[in-house]
Amino acid sequence: MNAAILSSPVVGAEAAPPDHLLAVEALTVSFDGFKAVNDVSFYVEPDEIRVIIGPNGAGKTTVLDLICGRTRASAGSIRYKGQELTKLSESAIVQAGVGRKFQTPSIYDDLTVFENLEISFPRGRSVFGALTFKRDAEVRDRIHAIAETIFLKDQLKERAEFLSHGQKQWLEIGMLLIQDPELLMLDEPVAGMSVGERIKTAELLNQIIKGRSVLVIEHDMKFVEDIAHRVTVLHQGKVLSEGSMERVKNDPKVIEVYLGH
Amino acid sequence: MTNPVQTLTKSVTVNDNPFMKPVEWLSLALLAGVILVVLPMLLDSFRLNLVGKYLTYAFVALGLVICWGYAGILSLGQGCFFGLGGYCMAMYLKLEASSVANTKIQSTPGIPDFMDWNQITAIPWFWQPFKSLPLTLILVVAVPVLFAMLISFAMFKRRVGGTYFAIITQAIAAILTILIVGQQGYTGGINGITDLRTLHGWDIRTDSAKTILYFVNGGLLIACILAAQYVKKSKLGRILVAMRDKEDRVRFSGYSVAGFKVFAFCFAAGLAAIGGAMFTLQVGFMSPSFVGIVPSIEMVIYAAVGGRLSLFGAVWGTLLVNWAKTSFSESFPDLWLFGLGALFIAVVLAFPNGLAGIWREQIEPRLTRRVKGLRAPPPAIVPPHGAPAE
Repeated sequence: MNAAILSSPVVGAEAAPPDHLLAVEALTVSFDGFKAVNDVSFYVEPDEIRVIIGPNGAGKTTVLDLICGRTRASAGSIRYKGQELTKLSESAIVQAGVGRKFQTPSIYDDLTVFENLEISFPRGRSVFGALTFKRDAEVRDRIHAIAETIFLKDQLKERAEFLSHGQKQWLEIGMLLIQDPELLMLDEPVAGMSVGERIKTAELLNQIIKGRSVLVIEHDMKFVEDIAHRVTVLHQGKVLSEGSMERVKNDPKVIEVYLGH
Repeated sequence: MTNPVQTLTKSVTVNDNPFMKPVEWLSLALLAGVILVVLPMLLDSFRLNLVGKYLTYAFVALGLVICWGYAGILSLGQGCFFGLGGYCMAMYLKLEASSVANTKIQSTPGIPDFMDWNQITAIPWFWQPFKSLPLTLILVVAVPVLFAMLISFAMFKRRVGGTYFAIITQAIAAILTILIVGQQGYTGGINGITDLRTLHGWDIRTDSAKTILYFVNGGLLIACILAAQYVKKSKLGRILVAMRDKEDRVRFSGYSVAGFKVFAFCFAAGLAAIGGAMFTLQVGFMSPSFVGIVPSIEMVIYAAVGGRLSLFGAVWGTLLVNWAKTSFSESFPDLWLFGLGALFIAVVLAFPNGLAGIWREQIEPRLTRRVKGLRAPPPAIVPPHGAPAE
């Protein structure tokens, strides 16, 4: 397929090579003149686990915000499977197959764990669809399977606000899983967790990343080393270095701004 | 982490999401019993008609439970939709009452009296559809819903919400009142549309007609409660709750938030319109005094007092506040508005979930304990929630 495309004369400089799942090119966003993300380009391949690291204020979360449509880009492009995301609404981006977990657990406190997962089930997303949505065996089975994966099968009937911090993080991961996104974006999935919860989360992540691309922001270097295929280092809104963890760790620029202190 | 409570919860194969819980069926039976059996037996036809009028406001309160309680969209302009529904019905009735035979003393016979007084000589185009009863019945709901759709679509697409939305709805209520009052020749002005007589030839002014309309109204109210219950119980209802607390997150679950807000607002508008039409039929006129800011805020108070999260609470709240209004304003006409304001403040400060909240938190647990105590030995002490680790 690659060869066919490469030999095709219509491919211009504009078209994204189809083998990138996500192609971020020359992405820039400026808030009142301050460029939080400045000319960032990177590519994520199918089944790749990419970790974005960088000091505070490097623009890591902003990059995820830009991809999922929460923040609008000032310039540049984000193509997901060849589709330009910068013009799509947040819900359309989710429906295209991009899932996002937020830094602080973002779940529906007033609903039960079951209902939280049910709302995330990718069916009946229109007004009419939601009115006529049936909680059938497929939905139940899937919710129970996901709940088992995220260690919450005994909490299904509990209101989400009564979960512990770690359980809330798992619930949000579960809400993403049930959407079954091809690109999963996780913003500091183990932040604020106890040691026990961290180990369980790493185990959980290793289990769910199979068969999809994952974009993770994380500070925990041990965790990064465990899961990352490639690492992108951001610094002051720009890409400072990119490559395997081994390469990035030995990059003098990275050592200077990030790892060295 | 293991919790003995979990072993007691029912297996997942039973229907854990019934349309209505037993206690809700009981509440419905109680409400239907009071409205359709007890009150008609106890009250004379004048008082029954008065209750019928109160119940037309309950339609608005029901809509507010969905729109305000569930979706978190506070509308201070429900009077618009109540009024539009009422006006649509009044226009039909007025045209029927303005037959050539009834209006032969006018300079232009066959048109409504207020048009004649304002030197209008032909029925304006927007009155034409109201010559037909089926079309009128459709327009009673369609006009307010389309109007609500227009407002809410414009607002919610631009992500205008919360207080701003409430203020805009209030401004629209004020504008609509001014428009109706100002266009006297087309709307009947400040007096409204009066002297309504027959509905498709059936005289609605007689006692028997009023009693029949009361029952139609009660039946429609029950039907609307069931419709609202359906919305509340559907996944859409849960999305509204989710949206109320974390609007952003709902977008990232793949939903277009604006569409759901528009639906909630239009649903409430549709219910208010049905109430307005029933008001016109039972009271025999419609005027701008039911459209403006004051009635709109009063309608919010009915829902707040009854409980903005409870469909039944909203109906009881409407009945109670209106009953209090009638009794109070008969004896102390000047004090009523202060009383109403004080009631609203008291409810918001002390009982944010209104009467229904008091019932659910204070009375129901005691009742269930009593009932369970009779049926089975008391259960072991159970923590309030599963097993919160923190």
